[in-house]
Amino acid sequence: MTIGQSEKRSSKWLNPSLSQRQNITGWTFLLPASLMIAWMSFYPIIQAFWLSLQSGQGTRLAFAGIRNYQYLLKDTIFRQSMINNFLFLLIQVPIMLVLALVLASLLNDPKLKFRGLFRTLIFLPCATSLVSYSIIFRALFDVNGFVNTMLIRAGILTSGINWLNDPWTARMVIILALIWRWTGYNMVFYLAGLQSIEPSVYEAALIDGANWYQQFRKITVPLLRPIILLTAILSTNGTLQLFDESINITRGGPANMTMTMSYYIYKTTFQQVPKFGYSAAMSFVIFLLVAVLALGQMKVGDKR
Amino acid sequence: MKRTLGTAFKYLFLIVAAGLSVFPLYWMAVSATNTSQAVLSGSLIPGGSLAANYRTLLAGQDVWNAMKNSFINAFLQTFLALFICSLAGYGFEIYHDRGKDRVMSILLLAMMVPVAATMIPLFRMFSRMGLLNTYTAFILPAVSTPFLIMMFRQNARSFPHDIIEAARIDGVSEVGIFFKMFIPTMKSTYAAAMTITFMNAWNSYLWPKVILQSKESTTMPMLIANLIAGYVTDYGSLMLAVLLCTLPTIVIFFALQRFFTEGIAGSVK
Repeated sequence: MTIGQSEKRSSKWLNPSLSQRQNITGWTFLLPASLMIAWMSFYPIIQAFWLSLQSGQGTRLAFAGIRNYQYLLKDTIFRQSMINNFLFLLIQVPIMLVLALVLASLLNDPKLKFRGLFRTLIFLPCATSLVSYSIIFRALFDVNGFVNTMLIRAGILTSGINWLNDPWTARMVIILALIWRWTGYNMVFYLAGLQSIEPSVYEAALIDGANWYQQFRKITVPLLRPIILLTAILSTNGTLQLFDESINITRGGPANMTMTMSYYIYKTTFQQVPKFGYSAAMSFVIFLLVAVLALGQMKVGDKR
Repeated sequence: MKRTLGTAFKYLFLIVAAGLSVFPLYWMAVSATNTSQAVLSGSLIPGGSLAANYRTLLAGQDVWNAMKNSFINAFLQTFLALFICSLAGYGFEIYHDRGKDRVMSILLLAMMVPVAATMIPLFRMFSRMGLLNTYTAFILPAVSTPFLIMMFRQNARSFPHDIIEAARIDGVSEVGIFFKMFIPTMKSTYAAAMTITFMNAWNSYLWPKVILQSKESTTMPMLIANLIAGYVTDYGSLMLAVLLCTLPTIVIFFALQRFFTEGIAGSVK
């Protein structure tokens, strides 16, 4: 390198051109957000993996290899909570998404009366915090709660059903609660998507004599496919992380039958003598499940 | 005939859906004004026990302290998140090149990182830093989210480049363009981002439960969750507490509904 070249470079460094200066400004704008995500998401997930390879109680940890993961396979409570998460996912998410699609396609009709009012009311549950609605549903379905009182008064039951004390009715209450809270939320995505479909498409279908169901199957669903995929990914992601409902509606009971993975991790980490390494191994499993399912859904959605 | 029957069925379906959506909230509000006895006997009309329920609630819980904490946490988090994420969204869109696009797609991966997976390392980090029970610990993990950055980046697309060029010729600095021109023209995007961030912060439960362990730092969702921990539940005052926890987000919902739905749907664009 000659002296002339290095001089040229240093002067360029001291006196950057306009576009270079803008480029540097651009990077400065991204810096705080990028650093925070690196610090609060990427660094902890790497740490969680490192921690999952250690074992011990409290702060005394020693390297253990994959022992935590081996133990995980034999942990019946963890297995049960994983099954519970998948039951919620497989039952609740399809019902909710279909319901949201039907509601959105009904509310997309410009000739419908009270359209705005219906929209607002069906969307209203989204304004309730997860803990609030969990407590409301717990109270509604209590043995002495509103639902039993009404069923007894109507003569359908002679004595109250202990909804929250039977595995399947307890799960049903959680599923109902989830549907109540999130259907309107997903509906909003579909309504936004429906706005980009030309009304003339539906008019043409109507002239051809297509009924409501045919329009729904042949126009609405295919054209909304990318958004349906997005909502499916978001719902899967959310359902695998369920916590507020499991702890506040049923306390995970009866006998861990509504316990979710997040709740079990919380319990083993913060309510007992903390086994950080073991908890980290469980949390890393959730991370892998979320990532694999999201990528899988993207693949499937792309192909069709 | 067939068509009117179909229309009638449509309206019936929508009325039932709307009714079921509102009912639990109506029941909550009504129960807050009733005695525990009346709640259990299935009362659906407002009663006169609101004041009594309020006294019962305040006798056992420091509700206003929890309200204060929830408001401070939610406001600080919203303010910081909007600033940091809009700055980044603007940067990604206006100064975009291949390197920055690549950084963006890496940041999007953070959407797949669940709270349950980061909470243990973050809890250990914050406790080593002596930040347990502080607003800082509540706020920091969610001040930068890929969702908000994406939202601002999408919306910055509609910010005209001519204005930027004109401002540069007039000698306005790059930072000045952001503060004096971008922020004022993007008010509705900021409103949408604000409603979403505020609601998420206000409603957040798992992370504060991990990091805020002292009584003084309790937030509203934590407080109402603690109310059902006892053996005997006073339903009147419980539902009043739930109502108080729900009221701020319901008010925001009705005031800024348009922005809220736009915010949610923003990622669809």
